[in-house]
Amino acid sequence: MPANKKKSSSGFMQKNSQLLIPLVAILILIIFNLIRDPSFFSIGMVTNNDGYPVLQGNLISIFNGASELVILAMGMTLVTAASGGQDISVGALAAIAGSALVKVLKSTEVITPWTVALGILACCAVAMLFGAFNGTIVSVFRIQPMIATLILFTCGRSIAYWINGGATPTVSSPIITAIGSFIPGCPVPTPILIVIFMGIVLGVLFKTTTLGLYVQTVGINQGAAKLNGINPVAVKLLTFVILGVCCAMAGTIGMSRLSLINHETLLLNVEMDAILAVAIGGNNLGGGKFNLVGSIMGAYAIQALTITLYAMKVPSTDVKAYKAIVIILLVVLGSPVVKEAFRKLKNQISAGRFLKEKGAA
Amino acid sequence: MTVNTKAIGQVRREKISNANLLMYISIGIFAAMYLAGILIWGGGFRKPQQIFDILNNYAYLIIIGCALTIVMITGGIDISVAGIVALVSMVDVMFLKGRLLPAEGMSDGVKVALAACIAIGIGLAFGAVQGALVAYLDIQPFIISLAGMFFARGMITIVSVEPMQLTVQEEPGILDIIQHRIEIGFLGSPNKKGVMIPARIEIGVIIAIAILFIIAVMLRKSRIGRNFYAVGGNRQSALMLGINVKRTRFTAHLFSGLLAGIAGFVFMMHNVSGNATNATAGEMDAIASSIIGGTLLSGGVGNVIGTFFGVMILATIKLIVTASGLTKPWWQTITSGAMLALFILLQSVVLANRGKKVKLPGWMKLGKG
Repeated sequence: MPANKKKSSSGFMQKNSQLLIPLVAILILIIFNLIRDPSFFSIGMVTNNDGYPVLQGNLISIFNGASELVILAMGMTLVTAASGGQDISVGALAAIAGSALVKVLKSTEVITPWTVALGILACCAVAMLFGAFNGTIVSVFRIQPMIATLILFTCGRSIAYWINGGATPTVSSPIITAIGSFIPGCPVPTPILIVIFMGIVLGVLFKTTTLGLYVQTVGINQGAAKLNGINPVAVKLLTFVILGVCCAMAGTIGMSRLSLINHETLLLNVEMDAILAVAIGGNNLGGGKFNLVGSIMGAYAIQALTITLYAMKVPSTDVKAYKAIVIILLVVLGSPVVKEAFRKLKNQISAGRFLKEKGAA
Repeated sequence: MTVNTKAIGQVRREKISNANLLMYISIGIFAAMYLAGILIWGGGFRKPQQIFDILNNYAYLIIIGCALTIVMITGGIDISVAGIVALVSMVDVMFLKGRLLPAEGMSDGVKVALAACIAIGIGLAFGAVQGALVAYLDIQPFIISLAGMFFARGMITIVSVEPMQLTVQEEPGILDIIQHRIEIGFLGSPNKKGVMIPARIEIGVIIAIAILFIIAVMLRKSRIGRNFYAVGGNRQSALMLGINVKRTRFTAHLFSGLLAGIAGFVFMMHNVSGNATNATAGEMDAIASSIIGGTLLSGGVGNVIGTFFGVMILATIKLIVTASGLTKPWWQTITSGAMLALFILLQSVVLANRGKKVKLPGWMKLGKG
């Protein structure tokens, strides 16, 4: 088939075209900021309140601020790939997980590293449980993910409220502060380290096991996957449980940043940003093939855009409108129709050059 | 004549389709819940005004529910509707207060009519842009309508950072017009002093019900309505049937935008205020009511009568939770979530066991199915 041949001839471009949109997005933002104000990229060392040198700068705040979003986007990519739908309950689930952590921390007088570890384990367990709940409805009862997770989206934040008995408790502990900002002596913000840790864990998981292949197979054709001996129910359930762990980590970071849990505002509307990150990362929201790196870059691009707008003194309430315009520009550039038009243009140009060379010969 | 009756007879003998079954289930559940409300809690549930109150409060939700049903039938989704509702209500309130354009010398009636035109204009603009991007540039509707939602919500605070309110002191004439209530005497109920209070319906409800019937007839009878189903059911087959798929998807989004604009006007008439937090998460309520009414997110299946009952079910859940004395703030949403879960699972169980000769446990049996 000639069409296929054409594709394989430019194999490299095809393989990496998925990363084109997030790359272009980040590139545009970098160039824009370079023209606007080169000092945007400066990174400095300052001494924080505890007397330790820490990194500071817009780049650091982009990487730091995007931590929760990146973690959630990784989990969301898996769920999207396996079940062809999105989990809209991630923000609520993170609030539940954060509340569970606070509940454990509040139950003891003195907060030791062991209590924190126990609390994080407990909040992971709770989030995995709720993730399994979502996953069961999606995989066993075959409900579209967006509807299945609508249940937790509706009542999740109220459950978080209920866990702590209707209060927004604060936790004052140097360990929690360290998770939310800096470990004493380490100049890199801790959330960035957690993101790197999660990335390595997921990377090792996909390099050493066939999970990635299974997820793609189930997403592309569930029936075919079943005939090949893959259990689609188990795979879908597993992706939701992994997303649950991601929500627990995001909730932990979000809670630690402020040292308090506010069920109403913790990671509010993050589900929309996470889905957006997956989409900007070039993943098909209808399921199938996925690319974790794309989603991660998408998440950083979103955060970079937000920080850029803040640096331009745009009021925080108006940021959404500008964000929308940039998103539309990006997806229009990346849309199949525009891509096709560009390809035709490129072909015409190269064909013209070819003819000229021939004529010269 | 005879042919006609024969045809009707044939239709009657046909099995109920899955979509209609889901709609009948939701109607049945609504009836059961309301009956339970009357029997157990009585009080407000016994008055006809309760139904009218639900309609008054949720008229806008019925309209954006219709919008989402249309888009979901074509296999798309539009989550910008609640954002458009909030934006329209803000712009309309600003206009009626005279802060947007100089509106000297206009009578109040003209002002309200112009506000309705502004609402429709904003809605159509959103619908046209989103529809063009989705249909002709082939971009995922979720992202486009998400961007639309961001844009609408962001624009609200650009128009006005402070919440706006129409007040009796400043705009008595306008409030008279938009807050006009139709009174129905024989459906009234006596108040504590024994004076008959007639049942009251707002104009917004009339608009919502009219739209509901127009869309219902359009989906069943008109060419564009049938095209929506064809495109949502199988885009490839629709293309081969000679349906202009791109134009059909564009039209669906245009309708959605238009209805969202009208819903914004209705919302403004009921709440008379503009605020950035208006209709928060309304898109999710609209999606939920469509789903409960039997519309499938995957497209090709659904109808707006079911959506109407979906809205009524969501509203009744809230009423029952309030009536049953669960006063802690979290119980209302937790119970709503639990009921939603129950309902979604019930749908799944019914659909999965349809046509199978599986023996369900007695409590799960639902008619002949």
